[in-house]
Amino acid sequence: MTETRTSEIREPKPAPVPLIEARGVTRILPGVVPTTLVRGIDLAIGDNEFVAITGPSGSGKSSLLYLLGLLDLPTEGEVLIRGRATAHMTEDERAFTRLSMLGFVFQFHFLLQEFSILDNVALPMRALGARSESDMRDRARDLLSSLGLADHLGKRPDQLSGGQRQRVAVARALANEPAVILADEPTGSLDSKSSEQVFELLKEIVDNGRTVVAVTHDIALAERMHRRIHLIDGEIDSDRSRR
Amino acid sequence: MNLVLQIAWTHVRSRARQTGVAIAGVAVGVGFSVMMAGLMQGSQDDFIRQLVNALPHITVNDERRNPPPQPAEQAYDAAQIHGLTPSVRRKGIKNPLATMAALEAWIPGAVAPSVKVQAILRYATRDVGASITGIDPRREARVSELPNQMRQGTLSSLYTATNAIIVGERLAEKIGARVGSNITVQTSEGTQASAQVVGLFRSGIASVDEGSAYVLVRTGQVLARQTGLVNELRIRVGDPMEAREVASRIERQTDYKSVSWQEAHEDLLSSLVIRNVIMYTIVGAILLVASFGTYNIISTITHEKARDIAILKSLGLNERTVRSIFVVEAQMIGLAGALVGFVLGYLLCIALGSIEIKSPFMDITHLPIAYKSWHYGVAGAVALLSSFAAGYAPARKAARLHPVEIIRGAT
Repeated sequence: MTETRTSEIREPKPAPVPLIEARGVTRILPGVVPTTLVRGIDLAIGDNEFVAITGPSGSGKSSLLYLLGLLDLPTEGEVLIRGRATAHMTEDERAFTRLSMLGFVFQFHFLLQEFSILDNVALPMRALGARSESDMRDRARDLLSSLGLADHLGKRPDQLSGGQRQRVAVARALANEPAVILADEPTGSLDSKSSEQVFELLKEIVDNGRTVVAVTHDIALAERMHRRIHLIDGEIDSDRSRR
Repeated sequence: MNLVLQIAWTHVRSRARQTGVAIAGVAVGVGFSVMMAGLMQGSQDDFIRQLVNALPHITVNDERRNPPPQPAEQAYDAAQIHGLTPSVRRKGIKNPLATMAALEAWIPGAVAPSVKVQAILRYATRDVGASITGIDPRREARVSELPNQMRQGTLSSLYTATNAIIVGERLAEKIGARVGSNITVQTSEGTQASAQVVGLFRSGIASVDEGSAYVLVRTGQVLARQTGLVNELRIRVGDPMEAREVASRIERQTDYKSVSWQEAHEDLLSSLVIRNVIMYTIVGAILLVASFGTYNIISTITHEKARDIAILKSLGLNERTVRSIFVVEAQMIGLAGALVGFVLGYLLCIALGSIEIKSPFMDITHLPIAYKSWHYGVAGAVALLSSFAAGYAPARKAARLHPVEIIRGAT
């Protein structure tokens, strides 16, 4: 017993593996005049962080988010998810990683117009196929109800307001219980009231132990997040944490 | 419901009009393909039935397929011989009754003896060459359709007069003879006799109807100037399709040339193969044209749904799943089109089959239509295959869409 305790004490505590890590990430769009979207990005995002990516238009905020979310591939450098390099993953492996570990919310809700909001939320669960049909519907119903949309389950996206649609998009992003939500200007197309509601929603997600990385123009909102990464011309200008 | 099916169903359902047009295109293609196949197969079956029925299924004659070596050739094996007169062989099948009994012991059908003589029929200064067959009317009924092909008189009429003869209807027309006419028969052996027309027949095959006549075996032997001659055995088997194999076995057993109906009509049957190739090419072309409609709608859907594809891929659906969605949509259109096409094809076949054909040369009849399940199977399979091909190209393109490009464009 004593020996065990001694060994426990002597073992160095392993450094936590970052949830998402970018190492020297550069993305250049090929063309007659190649365009550099981001250059030499090094950053690590851990669990339970609330990160804002800010910067002027064209500074590479969204590009960085897409690279972190495996929607795009870096020209140089690599992105690691939970310590696993993604550069050599197959398209299927990247798709599965997005499906099971990452949730996306875009500026425009990007819901499937021909489906009810219940079906929209159930869609990622169907794609993952880890739950029974009734479980999927129950979880989709619970998620929508928790976001105040219990009365609209059978409606289609075009029958909802902008704020409601964005809440549906958040519910869809949460469907497979991802470790991180990546949000690209989630409040960009909303009025101030709806923006506040969506922000509170994202904050609640962080309070529940998940990580949220959000690209935003809104400095006031960014200041309320735990960490703010500011980009200028595709490079990190500052990375400040308030915690 | 499966995710792929659910999305595919939602897409095709939400474009009811476009989907309907694409389904109609496939349905028309399948329907007309089924109708054409039914009509072509029906006419082919009818044609073959007539071929099979016009003559015995197998004829065994006293010739050899390969001429026997001449005595000089046997004596001087290595020498090349010119100018020798071949040894004369007595005509006819040796021991015809014993040969018939041996064949009847195993052949799944009936055997009848006959005497074949080439002759010129002359009536009212008109001469026409014909093949005269001496038959046994009682046995003939078991080996050919001649009794059913009689238009005037019966086979038994051959017993009603000395040198009675039954001639083909067209042959009778050519020489201007009728039942009761006394015509002159002159054979290549030099026999000339007067014969009374006691019946007319029509097989439906022009070459037979204008070049054949029947007499009793005994009369045939007189015309051939050889008592007891039987130079042809006429055989009918239970399954006409087995005739070739049976003929081959008879030839091995008897050494006499044995010709099945297939061999006798090989040129006609090979022309049917070409006809079928043409038919299936046309059917394939019809379905190919129909598949352009499917290609069109799937291309339109993938173009319109570029944003949805980006969403699905950003959520984590892989290329294979996205591709499957649009391939399944094409297959849904193909399947629905095929099912509607089956009904359309069946109705078209019924409509065509009810058309009456009247001709002075034949009885009132209907277009022969074959109702075969494999016509539907082939048309349906080709429709599904062409729908798959039509859907695959746009589906592959859709699956390869880069979501970021679409998302950037949307924002």
